[in-house]
Amino acid sequence: MQSLLILVPLVCLMLFNLPWKRGVGQAVSFGAGLAFLAAQAAAALWAMLSGGEPFADPLAGFLVFKTSADGLTWVMLLTIAVVAASSLAVSRAAFTDEKDRFYFANLLFVSVIGMNGAALSGDLFTLYVFFEAASVASFILIAFRRGMAGLEGAFKYLVMSTVATVLMLTGVGFFMLAGAGTSFAEVRAACLQSAHPEFARVGGLAFMAGLFIKGGMVPFHGWLPDAYGTAPGPVSVLLAGIVTKATGVYGLIRLTGSVLPMMPEVQTLLMTLGIVSIYAGALAAIGQSDYKRMLAYSSISQVGYIVLALGCRTPLALAGAVFHLLNHAVFKSLLFSNAAAVESRLGHNDMNRMGGLQAQMPWSSLSAVIGLLSTAGIPPLGGFWSKVIILLALWQAGFHAAAVLALAASLLTLAYFLSMQRRVFFAKGTETGSAVTEAGAAYLWPQLALAGLTAAIGIGFPFVYRFLLTPIQQLLW
Amino acid sequence: MNLAGIPFFDACGIAGALLLAAGLYYLLVTSNLIRAMIALELMIKGVTLFLILAGRVTGRQDLAQALVITLIIIEVVIMVVAGGLVLGVFRNTRSVGSRQIRNLKG
Amino acid sequence: MTVDLILLGLLVLAALWAVLSVRLMMSVIGLAAVSVAVSLLMFRLDAPYAAMFELSVCAGLISVIFFVAISFTKRLTAEDIRTHRKERLRKTVWLPFLLAGLAILLVARLKSPGFAPAPDPGGDVRTLLWGGRHLDLIGQIVTLLAGAFGVVVLFKEKNR
Repeated sequence: MQSLLILVPLVCLMLFNLPWKRGVGQAVSFGAGLAFLAAQAAAALWAMLSGGEPFADPLAGFLVFKTSADGLTWVMLLTIAVVAASSLAVSRAAFTDEKDRFYFANLLFVSVIGMNGAALSGDLFTLYVFFEAASVASFILIAFRRGMAGLEGAFKYLVMSTVATVLMLTGVGFFMLAGAGTSFAEVRAACLQSAHPEFARVGGLAFMAGLFIKGGMVPFHGWLPDAYGTAPGPVSVLLAGIVTKATGVYGLIRLTGSVLPMMPEVQTLLMTLGIVSIYAGALAAIGQSDYKRMLAYSSISQVGYIVLALGCRTPLALAGAVFHLLNHAVFKSLLFSNAAAVESRLGHNDMNRMGGLQAQMPWSSLSAVIGLLSTAGIPPLGGFWSKVIILLALWQAGFHAAAVLALAASLLTLAYFLSMQRRVFFAKGTETGSAVTEAGAAYLWPQLALAGLTAAIGIGFPFVYRFLLTPIQQLLW
Repeated sequence: MNLAGIPFFDACGIAGALLLAAGLYYLLVTSNLIRAMIALELMIKGVTLFLILAGRVTGRQDLAQALVITLIIIEVVIMVVAGGLVLGVFRNTRSVGSRQIRNLKG
Repeated sequence: MTVDLILLGLLVLAALWAVLSVRLMMSVIGLAAVSVAVSLLMFRLDAPYAAMFELSVCAGLISVIFFVAISFTKRLTAEDIRTHRKERLRKTVWLPFLLAGLAILLVARLKSPGFAPAPDPGGDVRTLLWGGRHLDLIGQIVTLLAGAFGVVVLFKEKNR
């Protein structure tokens, strides 16, 4: 079944663009997209619950695809489907032009194929190829409206992403010098028993440096707020919710969790970068007045938790990292959908010119509260549990200082989010009593569904732990 | 094969590293979008040479060539998209040269 | 060997030419020369298929992309040269020397295997690409599709 997750959207994409009669492709793309993403989510859930795929690959004898899937892959596929579906739903309202919607749906498909391929690949170079497919789609999507800010944000992302891929390929070259091919298994073997272990080590560091840039870790985060902040609403949902996570952060989890062996200096590097990202992101978020830029800095801060957990490198920490990635995807796409809804009604993102939207947009306000409480780690929402697991893993492994620092940063998170909620919705301000109306259903439903999901993950935590996180703990070697 | 005391393969490795360094330098020095594209190209050239060299040294030319062919295709797509972005910037401001990309080094 | 020496010298000179020339067009020509030199080096390193790709696609197609991009901004040439001169002097001129030194040190430090040529020239790239790396090919197709959408979306005349 694995190859279908790449081939079906590819075939759909080609079918949409055949020279049909006017409007047929446009009409079909939205429904087909939602149907495919729902099927993907269902397949991933099935695989997690039953421990096997719903059906065997019908193309197995025909194509020699070297895909591989494990617990982490299924979690990624589920997350990709959820976020992409929300982004597609929001795009329905955000783009008024029929043609724009069609191009958006096409590029979203490209992006989904890229992320699915990356999640299913068992080879470092194939990982790079699919990352590029997803990234190229993102460059175009950020510049979708062809305004100056979007074009600049896209170009900056393009430059940083290309530098990152150069670093990753340098890593691949060093792995080859160490005597390996490019598949995970070969690289792992080369790290353990190579004639030249120093090459494998340099290769691992170079590849990791590239992933740091792609994931937006703090010394390399310059492109991220511009890209998120300047992209159109549904694009920033997709980008912040999943694209940078499924490229940079997923790559880091794979590389440190199941490819590279334990290297003390790498663990120290990851933990340091994690802590620095958590604090730098949170402090920068406090100073922002642009809603979307603030969310972007908050993203940097949350990714810091994931990297911190990866630095700990115990089975529990790995499960916590993956769980936090899932939670982060849910609540960040919720908050970015919220930002898109507010932007669609007001036409700007400046929080100083908002205020008092509570009366006019009560449902948006409610979903924003749920999203921010989950981000700040308030029980019983999903974000609480993943932070608890990460902190617990850090404490168990003896990194007490890191655990305390990470816990303290939660207060900062709560601080900037409450300030945001006050400035946008609760406090009296420019918009008090204005004629703004609640955002339309296409904006509200994804938000409410995601809010329900983050609550469900939190309440059903024992279930989630058993089916999602237990298999992941066995990945570490 | 020796070149002034340095083995040929080592010399190729150094040349690849020089290309990387030249590209990075150019990227940091310039604020012109087209020059930034040239800088990226130089870096990609460096890594291409390095991959082929790694394949030659370890006797995996087939693998190295397969990787490089894929890399070249992707490189072209990225440059086309970058060209499209530069064109868009030009249409917006009628100038590419004087426009600073702020915080590019972030 | 002399051929290799000339090629490496050409490569380094072309790279310096691309980086140091103040005129944008000269930079692009330098880049094309780098491409040609890298491609010929690939022939010398027993990678003919990759070399053909590099020569046709990079030295050819990408140079065309650059020429088109420059032709749009032609009338800014004088201004560009002025700003570039200023920036180049103001910013880190020492950086390339530092990086080159670091690179050479790194290579020297890692030289332990001495980069000996492998006795076995390896398998055929066509067999590997079509037989073992299907997923890469699919990835290429997807990326090309993304590029096609990029052309459609980005090159469209702005109508708002």
